[in-house]
Formats: sequence, structure tokens, C-alpha cells
Amino acid sequence: MAAVEPSTPPLLAMRGVGKKFPGVIALSGVDFTVRAGQIHALLGENGAGKSTLIKVLTGVYAPDEGDIRLASQPIRPASPRDAERLGISTVYQEVNLIPTLSVAENIGLGRQPGKFGFLNWSALRRHARIALARLEIEVDVDAELGSLPLAIQQMVAIARALDLQAKLLVLDEPTASLDEKEVDELFKIMRQLRVAGLGIIFVTHFLDQVYEVTDCITVLHNGEFVGEYPTAGLGRLQLVSKMLGREVSDEEGHAAEGGRSAAVGGRPSSETTVPLLEACQLGRRGAVHPLDLTLRSGEVTGLAGLLGSGRTETARLLFGIDRADTGEIKLRGQPMKISSPRAAVQKGLAFCSEDRKTEGILPNLSVRENIIFALQAKRGAWNTLSRAEQGRLCTHYIQALRIKTGSPETPIKNLSGGNQQKVLLARWLATQPALIILDEPTRGIDVGAKAEIEQLIAKLRADGVAVLFISSEIEEVVRNSTRIAVLRDRRKVAELSGGEMELHRLLHEMAGVAKTHE
Amino acid sequence: MSEPRHRSWLKSPALWPLAGLLLLALVNLAFSKEFFSLTVRDGHYVGAMVDIFKNGSICLVLALGMTLVIATGGIDLSVGSVMAIVAAVAATLLQQGHSLALVLVAGLGVGLLCGLVNGLLISWARIQPIVATLVLMVSGRGIAQLVTGGFQVRIDDTHYTFLGNGFLFGLPLPPILVTVLYLAAWLGLRRSATGLFIEAAGDNETASRFAGLATARVKCLAYVACGLCAAVAGILASSDIKNANPLHDGLNMELDAIFAVVLGGTALSGGRFNLLGTYFGALLLQTLTETMYYDQVRSQVAPVPKAVLIVIVCLLQSETTRRWFGGLFRRASA
Amino acid sequence: MNSLFRQRLPQLVTAGIFLLLFAAAGWRYHEVNFASAPNVANLFIGNACLGIIAVGMTLVIFSGGIDLSVGAVAAFTNIFAAVLIEKHGMNPLLVILASLAIGTAFGAAMGALIHYFKQPAFLVTLAGMFFARGCAYWMSTDSIDIHNELFLKLSRDTAKIGGDTIHPLPAYVFLVVLAFGYVLAQHTRFGRNLLAIGGNEQSALLMGLPVGVTKIAVYALCGAGAALAGLVSTLVSGGDSTYGIGLELDAIATVVIGGTLLTGGRGHMLGTLLGFLIIGTIQSAITFDGSLSSWWTRIITGALLLGFILFQRLLLRATQKRLP
Repeated sequence: MAAVEPSTPPLLAMRGVGKKFPGVIALSGVDFTVRAGQIHALLGENGAGKSTLIKVLTGVYAPDEGDIRLASQPIRPASPRDAERLGISTVYQEVNLIPTLSVAENIGLGRQPGKFGFLNWSALRRHARIALARLEIEVDVDAELGSLPLAIQQMVAIARALDLQAKLLVLDEPTASLDEKEVDELFKIMRQLRVAGLGIIFVTHFLDQVYEVTDCITVLHNGEFVGEYPTAGLGRLQLVSKMLGREVSDEEGHAAEGGRSAAVGGRPSSETTVPLLEACQLGRRGAVHPLDLTLRSGEVTGLAGLLGSGRTETARLLFGIDRADTGEIKLRGQPMKISSPRAAVQKGLAFCSEDRKTEGILPNLSVRENIIFALQAKRGAWNTLSRAEQGRLCTHYIQALRIKTGSPETPIKNLSGGNQQKVLLARWLATQPALIILDEPTRGIDVGAKAEIEQLIAKLRADGVAVLFISSEIEEVVRNSTRIAVLRDRRKVAELSGGEMELHRLLHEMAGVAKTHE
Repeated sequence: MSEPRHRSWLKSPALWPLAGLLLLALVNLAFSKEFFSLTVRDGHYVGAMVDIFKNGSICLVLALGMTLVIATGGIDLSVGSVMAIVAAVAATLLQQGHSLALVLVAGLGVGLLCGLVNGLLISWARIQPIVATLVLMVSGRGIAQLVTGGFQVRIDDTHYTFLGNGFLFGLPLPPILVTVLYLAAWLGLRRSATGLFIEAAGDNETASRFAGLATARVKCLAYVACGLCAAVAGILASSDIKNANPLHDGLNMELDAIFAVVLGGTALSGGRFNLLGTYFGALLLQTLTETMYYDQVRSQVAPVPKAVLIVIVCLLQSETTRRWFGGLFRRASA
Repeated sequence: MNSLFRQRLPQLVTAGIFLLLFAAAGWRYHEVNFASAPNVANLFIGNACLGIIAVGMTLVIFSGGIDLSVGAVAAFTNIFAAVLIEKHGMNPLLVILASLAIGTAFGAAMGALIHYFKQPAFLVTLAGMFFARGCAYWMSTDSIDIHNELFLKLSRDTAKIGGDTIHPLPAYVFLVVLAFGYVLAQHTRFGRNLLAIGGNEQSALLMGLPVGVTKIAVYALCGAGAALAGLVSTLVSGGDSTYGIGLELDAIATVVIGGTLLTGGRGHMLGTLLGFLIIGTIQSAITFDGSLSSWWTRIITGALLLGFILFQRLLLRATQKRLP
């Protein structure tokens, strides 16, 4: 821990923090220490507990156990407002300001200067200008916030946060929608604040940014504390391993290189067959840089990368949810315009979204209706599936996927996450797709269901379906894929197949470090 | 017309308005024996219950269209104004001596057009339903006045007035027509997948779109259907009173229609809809009105109990109330 | 400067439309002195009730809500005051205070239902409209002439302008209410909180603004405005329980034509004055013309409403497109 001077007393000390939700242990025994004048990265994959920890700190959730000290004083923030009063200010990815009001008002809202209840507009503007000048931001304080670039909005949010006499600034994925220049601006401000003695917690998915700006890293995995490391002393590969919950050093990694990993997906790929779908230089500004991707029938293409590396964004482009700025898609060799999910479904594509709740289930409709929905939508309103056909499909899939439901008529919202996921898979299988995109199909479901979904993927491959498989668990990707495309920071950086598909090689590519032995 | 997916009719949401209807009927029975009396005069059935069906038919048909719109998660405030436009067009055309067929086609066509305007504003221009339908609500009566030249128009055509005043099998024609319309709508929606598509679009629009549904088209269609229903209501209303009054036709009817849908158990947030529930909801509303007529309450005061009823129903359905009740039960069991 | 221009674009467009309309009408009807001071004064007097209600409606719409009950509430206080003063001979000042208190309490009650039970504003205020209108009919269905001395004295108060005699009191009330609304909206925390809630209620909560109190208070204010408009209408034309049917729609149209975003969060009280002037000018022009029928007011209002809604939508889309 050389980067941290041990003499400095910690600004924030969270000890043994635990938080349970019904059925889930979100945090258990997590320690987190931030010192004044330090930029501290909080890292972890999905479900690691980052956001829960931040919410405990900012008073959104009350912790079940553990204690929190700010400048040695025990605190227990009861609301975000309470946390702000204590000196903990948060800036979120989706800026929590009022887009329709001016910059000056957004900085001053709720504590505008004035007398007898009347506002003093010139004092408000002056105050805002000072707050912005402190961050060396040049922006018209009368401009409507919503008309400014997101980066500026982000900085206005920081200006407001600091205006509250913050001691500790939490930046929750502030760079997710910024371009490189804007990120540089933000980092400049963060460094200034560090010099001014603030503690900064920086939550991000971008490893380059972690190494560029932070002093210290705390890693969480599955709600547990993995460790606290000085940034300078932790290699990328080690960091990625820790984030993925794997304890491997570089040496160990090389040692394991010789032995074949547990992969079973290393089937020889038939390069001679016409690819089902080819994407050439497909890209969208702010989502993913132009990339090539070829998907073949009877193959599982894994899409690996850390959270925020552009995996879901790629899937959305393929399925016509977002419009691509560049590139084209060929389906069975024919150039094809996929302008909407509807067009994609008509052409035999299927997309199982990672966000089950908002993009997947029709919560109040029955399991039966959820299963037949995509097929029915594909057939149109008048070419109705008879009740008998619907019943047959339901019975078939409920048995085949072992969906646990009281009856096919139960509303899907009453099912467990794993069973909901299976219903959604059934929905897409019923359309007999030529290509199925599975975005994190195993997230948030129990081990048994996970194994069943992996079996299903193998069966789909055997049946000649093209599968695009996206997962945060790299073992899963390696196990199930025929080839793997690796994304890092919204770029495709490698495509692995055959013998290359092996855990440590994949880790290296995801972390962006050259393999030393090659 | 029971929903086939509900194995047990006890679970049907239509049960609540039906229970309310029966309760109200019982109250009436307690106070006046005449309420359930049914006499035959000139070969026609006469009585309070017949009146409820006849006078309720306009609210019934409006509520049918409104159910579909609300199921998509929207609202249509313009139905009252559309009624006025359609009545004005029909009456004016009749006065100019056009054939009944042409008048009916023109009336329905106008309703369809109004619905299409609403639907396009909402699905294509992506304007909020309340805001979009407000435009026609504001200007509709002006358009109706424009059509009639600002006057009320008397309707003499006996074929046309038969629609609102005629009898079939001794029963008034409007409720029969409307009931047939409900049956047709139910068959059309449930035999085809249209009903499912409407419910899906209202339940989770994003998920429906991602599953390959043309949600914009479905939503637009619901408003067109609602416009058509408003046209039918406008024709029935003007045929009943043998008059088209641009300022008064369908005034505040959008409220009755919305209330009937809410009473019928279709949530304002969209999703599952229940035509049978709406049917009973509209009848419940009308029974309430008729009850007050029977009890010599001035007809103009009728909105008060209606408003109270609707607020109570909404409060009972709200999350806050459910949490309170949930809390009470938990405390009671603990 | 550019951004400020963008922000105020709707109001500038409204101002432009008003100037064009007024100039056109003034030129077209110059023989009958359309642009004369008495006519302009009469425009204010004749539409004063609409204006008073529109001020309250502006505040409600700022917060992202809507109040459809205003016409009915105005009708209730109109007949309530007339009945109490004429039939029961009560003290007019007491009646005025009671009417305002009822309007305020009614608005606050609706606001509480909207906020605490999370019911849609349009539904609650629709029910409120039914309720208030029914209560108005319950008070009396006859129209009632006012013979009370104080009321007569107030309504006969005259002023001379450009050689014509007018009864300016309604216009004074409107202008005072407008000034109050302007200061409230532009120069108090309450007003800015309204816009913040309309802009993004969730953020407003996170920023620690008193969302609940503000929302309830704004419906209470709007109810008070409607009650005041009802009293003014009693003063002008006596008690009539059918007063103000459709007035809520005119008020909403006034606000939206004044460049206020109907979904909340953006707008200016002076825009409402411009919207008021536009609707007044159209009405006045149609009256002066003689050959144009009164319903054109509604049709043109509807067309302007549609135009403004689409225009605001485009503006929003253009802003979003500029962002990455």
C-alpha cells in the first residue's frame, strides 16, 4: 500500500458493511476506506455490490450491519439529502438535475440567495459563475441545462455537489456517455479536487480510466470485499482476475497455459459454409466503434468483455433496436437493412435481452401468452395460433425447459427470475430463429437453471442455429462458445477460436495487456 | 362473454362491477318496489331496468372504445367532441336529403378520421395521449358548429330516428345494437391476436416492441377504434333525441366513459382489459344515475355521487391504500 | 445568448403571432377603431375570468400537472356567492372569504389525492369537475340577479378611457393576479420548485426540494384562482350555475399558446399574458367582423394549440439530436 501515506487519517471508513434483500445477500462484511486527497476506484462486475455500497453510503439504503465513519465520526445517513448535509455528495451517470432549468438555477436550486422569500437573480448567477469558475468550466450560466452536452451537464452536477461543502464526492459511472475529450476534461477537474483535499470515489467500467486517474482500487465480487490495492501496484491482468473473482497471478496464469482449460466449445468451425450473418464495420457513435462480426449456423459465438465494453450495444445494433451510423449487415450473403426489432424477427433473428424486467417480460400476462407472443407477433394479428397449438407449444416448452409454474395461466411476474428467463427463451425458441442473441441469459438465476441453459445452448448449436452468446462469466463463455469475439472499451480487440480459446488468453485480451510469452 | 382464460369465473375482474350493480339494485328494491317492475305497453317492455339499458347505451359504446385506448396505456379525451361532430355531420347530411346509407358511412368515416388524427399524433409524433386528444376536445365543438352553421339541427328522417327509438322483440334497439357491438368486438379481439397485442403494448411497450410487435400501429388502431365507437355513440344520441346540438351533444361523456372503464377493472396504467367488466361498469354508472332520478334527485346533481364513487374506486386501487391495508393485515397476523 | 434565445423561442413566437394578429385585425377593422384603447381595455375586461384562471393553470402546468376542475369550481363559487348573498342575505365580505377558502381547500384536497395516492392529475381533477359542477347545480339551477349594494357598487365602478366609459374592475383583478403569479413564478423559490418538479420530479426529490407540499399548494392556488374568477363573474353577470363550461379548456389553450410546455418544466408567466392577448384578439376580431361566426374562436384556438404542441415537440427533438 505504498501509494497511500499511512499517517493520513481516513476520511471515510466503512467496516463490515452488510445488506440483505429478500433472497439475496447484496453485501457482506465489506470494508471500504477512502482518504482525503485520494481518487479511489470502486470496481466489480455485475452483482458485485458496488451500487448497493454506494446506496448505503448515500443514505438510500440502511445497512443491516457494519459501521460507517466520516472523519472518525460515526454516521448513518438516512436519505441522500442527509448524506449531502454530512458532506457526501453524489453525481450519477444519468444526471439528476432539472434539464429544463438554467445552469445557474440548477446549481442554486433549493438554496437560492434572496430576501423575504424573493430570489436575488444576480446573486444566484454570480454564485453559479463562482462555483463553475472553481472548476475552470466555461459555460453560460443562463443556458438551459438540457441543451448542453452531457459532459457539461455532468460538470454542472459536480459544481452543485461541491457547492454543498462536500468532503467526499461520489462519481457513479460519470464517464459512461462521454467521449474522450470530455473524459479528459472531467479528469482535469478530478485532479484539481484531489489537490484541494477532497476524497473522490470513482465507479467506472473503463480500466484505462482507472489507471489514468485513480490512486487506489477497491474490488468487490459477489457482494464481498476482495481487496484494496494501490493502483500503481496492481497489474491489469491481476485486476481483471480479481474483478472476475479469480485468484490468479501472472505466473500462475502462464503455468496454467499448457493445460487445456475446461472448454468444450472448441469445435472445428466450418469456414467453408456461407455465414448466416455478416456485420461489416457496424458501429454507432457513443455506443460501439465499427466492428466486423461473422455469425455462422451451428456455431456459438461468444461475445466477451467487461461490463460497459459494448457487448449489449453490439447486440442492439444487430437486432435493429438502435440504428447503426456506419457499416452494413449481410444475411445469408444478401445485404439487409434491419431497421426495427420487428424487421429482425421477420428475418429469423431473436434477441433475449439482459434486462428481463423492462425489455423482456410482459409482467401481467400469463406464461402462455408470454411464450407464444413473439411467434404470434411474427405471424400477425389474424393468423392466430389456435388454443390447441398454444397449449401444445406451452406444454412442450414448459417440459423441455423445466419451467416451474403453477399453470400456463399464471402471470409471469409471479415466477422466479430463472423461470422467467426460461419463459423468455421459450418465447424465442417458439419462433424457430436462425440466429438467437442471448444477452446475459444466466444472470441472476440459480445454479441449476444455469446448467440447464448451457445444455440448451449446446442443443441449439447441434440443431444448426447460430447463437451469439454474451456473458460476464468468462468460464461460461469459454465453455460454450465455438469462437469468441472480445470487446474492450467499445472496440472489438480480438477474435479467438480453437486452441486460442482459453481462460488466460481471454483475460489478457479483456484486460488489454500483451501476453508476455508470445 | 366471460374471458376464457379465467378458469374460475370467481377470479374475473368483471365480478366487482357486477357485485356493485347487484348491490345498487338491491338498495333500489328496498326503497321502491317499482324498480324491478316490468310492464308491457304497446307491445314494448317498459320499466326502470329497460331505461337503464336504453339510456346507458351511449356510455356503453363509448366505454368500449375507451377500454381499448386505456388498455394501451393511453386516454382519449376527445370522444365527447367527436360525438358532437358526427351528430352534426349526420344531421346536416340528412337535412340535405342524402340517403341513410351515405349518412351512416359519412358519420362513421368522420369518427374514424378523428381517431386516426389522435392515433397519429400519439404513435407517430409521440405526443402524450392527454395532450394530443385535448386538441380535438377543444376544437371539436367549434368544428361541429361550423358544420351546422351554429344551429341545432332537427332530424326528421324516421329511418334514422328508428336507430335510437326503435324496438326489436319488444326491447329498445340501442342496447341491442350496443350489445351486439360488444360481442363483435370481443370476438374480433379474442379470436384474432389483436386483444393480446393491445394488452401487451399496454403492459410493457418496450418488451412488446423488442419481441417484434409494431406497437405504434397497435396504439394507433386503438384510437381509430375509439373514434369509431364515438361515431356510433354520436349517431345513437342524435337519433334518440332527433336533434343535433353542437354545444351539448356528448358533453362530459368522456368522463362517463373513462369512469366506466375504471369501474370495470381495467387499470389506467394499461395492460389487461376486460370488456365484460366495462359493460357492467357502464351499467353501474347508469343505474346510479337512474336511481337518483327515481329518488327525485335533480338530474344535474347526478355528477356528485358519480365523482365520489370514482374517487373511492381509484383510492381503493391505489398502491398507497394497498400498502396501508397490507400493513394492517401484517400487524393483525403478527 | 443563443441558448437563452432557444429557451425563450416559444414566447418569442407567441409574441410574433400576437403582433401579426393584432396588426392584421387593426388594419382590417380600422374603420371601427379595433386598435383603440377602449377596445383593448374591453378585451381585458371581457376575458378577465379566463385570465385569472389561466394564471393558476400556468402554475399547475409548470409543475407537470393539469387541473380540469377550474371551470366547475368557478361556477360553484359563482352560484354559491349569489345564493348566500341574495337568498340568505349574508355579509358579502364574509361570503367572498368563504368562497375563496372553499376553492383553496378543494384544490388542496385534489392535490393531496394526486400526490399521496399517486393518481393521475387529469383523473382526480375530472372527478373534481363533476363534483363541483354537481354542487353548483345543487345550490341552484336558476340564474340569480345580484341586488347587494356592495356588489352593485363594485360592478358599477367606472373609468374613462379614450372618451368611452368602461367598468374596469375585472381587468384590475386580473392584472393584480397576473402580477402576483408573475412574482411567484419568477422570483420565489416556490415558483422555481414548481418548474423543477415539472422538469423532473425524481431529480427534484433527490435535490431535496419539498415536492409534496409544493404540489398540494399549487392545486390549492389554482383552486383559489378559480374561486376568484367565479366571484368576478358573479359581479359581472350574476349567479349562473352553468357558468364556465369549457373554461378549463380555454385556460389550458391560453397557457400552451403562451409557450408553456404542457408536460411541465418550461414556461413563463408573461407567455400566458401573450396567450391571453392572442385569444382575446381573435375573439374581439370575430366580434368586430360580424360575418365570421363565434365558433371560429374554438377552431383557431385548437389549431394554434396543435401548432404549439407540435412546435414544442420539434424543438425538443432538435435539442436531443444535438446531443450525442
